[in-house]
Amino acid sequence: MSILIDKKTKIIIQGFTGKMGTFHAEEMIKYGSNVVGGVTPGKGGLKHLNLPVFNTVKDAVKNTGATASILFVPPTFAADSAMEAADAGIKTCVAIVDGIPSHDMIRIKRYMRRYSRTEKMTLVGPNCAGVISPGKAMLGIMPGHIYKEGRVGIIGRSGTLGYEAAQQMKNLNIGISTSVGIGGDPINGSSFKDILEKFEEDAETDAVLMIGEIGGPQEVAAGQFAKENMKKPIIAYIAGLTAPKGRVMGHAGAIVSAYGESAVEKVELLKECGVIISKNPSVMGETVKSVIEKK
Amino acid sequence: MDIHEYQAKKILSGFGVTIPRGGIVYSPENAENKAREIGGSKWVVKAQVHSGARGKAGGIIVCNSPLEVAQATDKLLGKKLVTNQTGPDGKIINRIYIEEATDIKKELYLGLVFDRSSESIMVVASTEGGMSVEEISKKKPETIIRSKIEVAVGMQQFQAREIAFGLGIEPKLIARATNTIIGCYRAFSELDATMVEVNPLVISNQEQILALDCKMSFDNNALFRRNQVSELRDKTQENQSEVYASDRGLNYVSLNGNIGNIINGAGLAMASMDMIKLAGGEPANFLDVGGGATPEKIVKAFKLISMDEKVKVILVNIFAGINRCDWVAEGIVQALQKIEIKVPLVIRLAGTNVDKGNKILKESKINYIEASTLEDAANKAVKALGK
Repeated sequence: MSILIDKKTKIIIQGFTGKMGTFHAEEMIKYGSNVVGGVTPGKGGLKHLNLPVFNTVKDAVKNTGATASILFVPPTFAADSAMEAADAGIKTCVAIVDGIPSHDMIRIKRYMRRYSRTEKMTLVGPNCAGVISPGKAMLGIMPGHIYKEGRVGIIGRSGTLGYEAAQQMKNLNIGISTSVGIGGDPINGSSFKDILEKFEEDAETDAVLMIGEIGGPQEVAAGQFAKENMKKPIIAYIAGLTAPKGRVMGHAGAIVSAYGESAVEKVELLKECGVIISKNPSVMGETVKSVIEKK
Repeated sequence: MDIHEYQAKKILSGFGVTIPRGGIVYSPENAENKAREIGGSKWVVKAQVHSGARGKAGGIIVCNSPLEVAQATDKLLGKKLVTNQTGPDGKIINRIYIEEATDIKKELYLGLVFDRSSESIMVVASTEGGMSVEEISKKKPETIIRSKIEVAVGMQQFQAREIAFGLGIEPKLIARATNTIIGCYRAFSELDATMVEVNPLVISNQEQILALDCKMSFDNNALFRRNQVSELRDKTQENQSEVYASDRGLNYVSLNGNIGNIINGAGLAMASMDMIKLAGGEPANFLDVGGGATPEKIVKAFKLISMDEKVKVILVNIFAGINRCDWVAEGIVQALQKIEIKVPLVIRLAGTNVDKGNKILKESKINYIEASTLEDAANKAVKALGK
């Protein structure tokens, strides 16, 4: 099954005709994703990459039946595009872009409260590499070939550190059901916990690797959720042991400002929740391997 | 982005927060004159640097005559102020704020931050002003009042009133306190702030409610729509290497070790630093050239690291995705033709076309140590230190 996307998921690209939108649409199509069209306001009616272009997400959804979208719009317009997707009935929306103001992210999340749990869109990102269900579909900008198809879920903040994990797992012959990049921003569309819930329900996922970092309460909240609600084992690595307090480490959200937000504290709190810790980033794959072999 | 106290005060006063009379000066003569202009018989001379705890470090001087104001200004201007927040190098004092002294009856604490759990704005207040919020939560946690504000509708009068009563403010001053709290909230929400702190917020013997010291920080991602805020940036208060980096689109944080890093992606950069530490070394910096690791960014990164005299070994760790390793390798080779590196260089490439990338590096004339995994790279970098 995988989560969020599979081979059949109909995908549209928001910001389709731009340079980024075009390049990554082609990559996704090459990977096998079912891209059915795109949106660029003012260019409705045209064809791009042999696919229809629409003025609004509503038009695109009505004409193609799309349920997933990916945003390639500048950070200044990203909040608006995400809300447009939610309103048009898109179920999974990935925002790759880095640089959305935190106040805008809060606005998106408040806006989405109008939808019931079942009709609410899952927003993934921003500032992330996207989602991939290996062998099925890619809704993101990652190099698809490093992900082997299989039964371990990945949730991570960082793009390239997620690639590192996927590569380590591939080298050990471990496959991935779905990998979800939730992004490095302080306020994001989906939290670790939101995605864990989906993996717990997924019949094709046996274990989950969580790749967290310093800053914010999300990793620990996910650990507590897992302790109370999950049967599947969770493996975690937290980056930023050497990060000084109070400094932003690249990701806008990677800043230690309270107790429980440093790497050491997060690791301790996760251990208390029964999460298995990958003690360094070089052994993420091996740690996953030891856990699934025990099962 | 951080701003100075006097800038934060000016902003907050625009939102109805009362501040003591004062003015910014750049010379002792200027200061003497400003003191006379403000009037009264007691003044406070305040060094404007981006740091708290300035008083303990000697950056705040109380004066009893305009002449003393001039002398205090002379003493501070051009000096570096070292506080427990600035690090050992301190921060340069280029501006002095002269303020009328306030007759303090009670000191309170008022702060506003993002609460990442509830994704709302949190107001934190306490009757124990003057101490840092960390100190208050250690020593007097029972005095802390927290109030979550629903951003969709903004702060309501009753919420501010509850905080004001919670702080034990007398009924006749409640309306003024409420306006102050709501003013701070509005400044936070309307200017894309990430932090507003008034510490202390004081009640004077003249029954005024005054913001005696203020700090504000803003969301860098929102500066594009806040021209009036972005104009307030003072680069003299930032680490010069970090200014150089941010002007060139690099994410850089200067650290104390001696292994320089060039890495693509913030998470991978933190992970590589962790590996260096585990291998027994200390990173000299955090440097993320962006997921794409374009040749231009790599050149800029090498330039930046080569300026850092602490650096005894450079570790390059690039995980290439869509940007293939062969392309990244060419970028590295080009960079090293332009910039001379005098310390050992460890390079680890991974991801798309890794073999092609390593081949390009090997066939070039650059002098480097090849590494295969994250762990290998960190071990080799630490080992190279000994040479």
